[in-house]
Amino acid sequence: MIKLDKLTKAFETPAGTVIAADSINMDVGDGEICVLLGPSGCGKTTTLKMINRLVEPTSGKIYLNGKDTDRYDPVELRRTIGYVIQQIGLFPNMTVEENVCVVPKLLGWDPGKARARASELLATINLDPAIFLKRYPKELSGGQQQRVGVARALAADPPVLLMDEPFGAIDPINREVIQDEFLKMHRRLRKTVMFVSHDIDEAVKMADKIAIFRAGKLEQFDSPDNILAHPASRFIAEFVGTDRTLKRLRLVKVGAAMLANAPRIGLGEPVAQALAMMDDHGQEFMVIVDAAGRPHGYVDADTVRDRSGPVGEHGLPLPATVRVEEDLRAAVSTMFMHDVRWLACVDRDGAFAGFVTQRGITRLLGETYRGPTPRPAE
Amino acid sequence: MTLRKGIWGRWLYASMFVVVFALGIATQRSGLIDQIGKYRSDIVFLSQQHMKLVAISGGLAIAVGVPLGLWLSRPRMRRAAETIMQALNLGSTIPTLAVIALAMTFLGIGVVPAIFGLWAASLLPIVRNTYAGVLGVPAHFIEAATGMGMRPRQILAGVEVPNAMFVTFAGIRTALAINVGTAPLAFLIGGGGLGELIFTGIDLNEPGMMLAGAIPTALLAVLVDFAIGALAFWVVPRGVNPLR
Repeated sequence: MIKLDKLTKAFETPAGTVIAADSINMDVGDGEICVLLGPSGCGKTTTLKMINRLVEPTSGKIYLNGKDTDRYDPVELRRTIGYVIQQIGLFPNMTVEENVCVVPKLLGWDPGKARARASELLATINLDPAIFLKRYPKELSGGQQQRVGVARALAADPPVLLMDEPFGAIDPINREVIQDEFLKMHRRLRKTVMFVSHDIDEAVKMADKIAIFRAGKLEQFDSPDNILAHPASRFIAEFVGTDRTLKRLRLVKVGAAMLANAPRIGLGEPVAQALAMMDDHGQEFMVIVDAAGRPHGYVDADTVRDRSGPVGEHGLPLPATVRVEEDLRAAVSTMFMHDVRWLACVDRDGAFAGFVTQRGITRLLGETYRGPTPRPAE
Repeated sequence: MTLRKGIWGRWLYASMFVVVFALGIATQRSGLIDQIGKYRSDIVFLSQQHMKLVAISGGLAIAVGVPLGLWLSRPRMRRAAETIMQALNLGSTIPTLAVIALAMTFLGIGVVPAIFGLWAASLLPIVRNTYAGVLGVPAHFIEAATGMGMRPRQILAGVEVPNAMFVTFAGIRTALAINVGTAPLAFLIGGGGLGELIFTGIDLNEPGMMLAGAIPTALLAVLVDFAIGALAFWVVPRGVNPLR
């Protein structure tokens, strides 16, 4: 969808030529979120702004959907690309509705259609159109303003969205909320998004691909997991942090690390059967489920070895469970909180689905380091 | 700039009250009211003349000052703009009386040089505030507007002007306050207006006549200030109008 071919920008300054972007090659697929990441002054914003030609490239080509952007009038081009900046830039002299309708109006939409579109967009960003359409930006909170900024960028339904540190100025709590909302919206709209950030956590959370820049050069362009697992250089390893393996926890869902088809036993079954099953599976413990398949507790092999009767009477309560669609970070956090080495996992209906162990998680994360190193992106 | 205007306006109101109050007492004591009453028809005629001077010179100052300020604020003018603003600043230090005298030298006596002098005196605050108002529009609004595909002219009309308007209006208010207060000087070069009563009253040492010119001048200044204030209140969009 977005292809950058040897894209270069050189600025002439009194101190000499500064190369802000040095022969950048990138290819971002349809519907992907690509995060441009790096310290300030690394060329990530310049690269972004060359796509909608707020900055004219010195050399190189940009293709949107296979078409060379040099062939378009820059102004016409920009109307087909959504643009969100950190300062949001809602026009204070216009109402929310007028702000959202800027691009539709530029494109000559029928005013009624543009208004209907504004209402629809406001509803998707969880702002009641009846209340907010007629408000001015100064009457909104920072988070609401940023949502409107995103709505404004989406107004004419552009296939590509450029975002320059869009959530940088929002407080951490609201930022998480807005990131989640944005991801939810993105899953539905499937826009191709270029997103500038300097926050590795944000990048890992949002990105399908991460491009790490340093002094105008694209250092690595890869999936978040590969960047965290196989940083291409010492700079990237330092940039992503010494806790990069912990950051990967966020990328893996509980379901992936879970031991499925784990043995389970009904409340009323005899202890002897539980012991037999545990011995079969070579396990020290076993989850007890009720008639609906929900986890009820667990039995520990050592404590019930010389007991008899139904397992329900000898079960111990489970300190916590984790849902399969949560990420491993949540699972590990729960384990640490309750000082346990394993957790029972439940599916959407609350039924027992399997369990994750600390060992299973460390093995999963470690696999990629033991295997053959994938070739780093060029 | 807004602060400047605030202080100006308040100072104007406060001094006006004191003056009016003191004059009221004085007139009461000395029976001046009857003396002033004698000039009723003069007051009506000369006030109209005075207002015409203000309206024409002020209107021309707005018609020239606002576009000039906008033109100076264009990116391609950035370098020249500061020099031109300095020149205008320098020009404004020339006393209006001197400007009027100079205008008389070139344009003769009458209404035309008077209007020219008043126009020159009220031009600067309008240009300066328009220019500063547009430059004061944060760069990220311009960036957002450009990034969304607005053309420079659309950005000027849709973003820069509305956001600069409040500051521009403050300049117009200041300019017209100066204009009304300076207009009596027009009489000195045969331009007419309420100056006729004021200066003749002074020359003849006739307080009644002098006040017959001074009081309407003061009232006119208050009226104009109020009118511009009300206009700004309704014209400047609500989102950028600190008063609404």
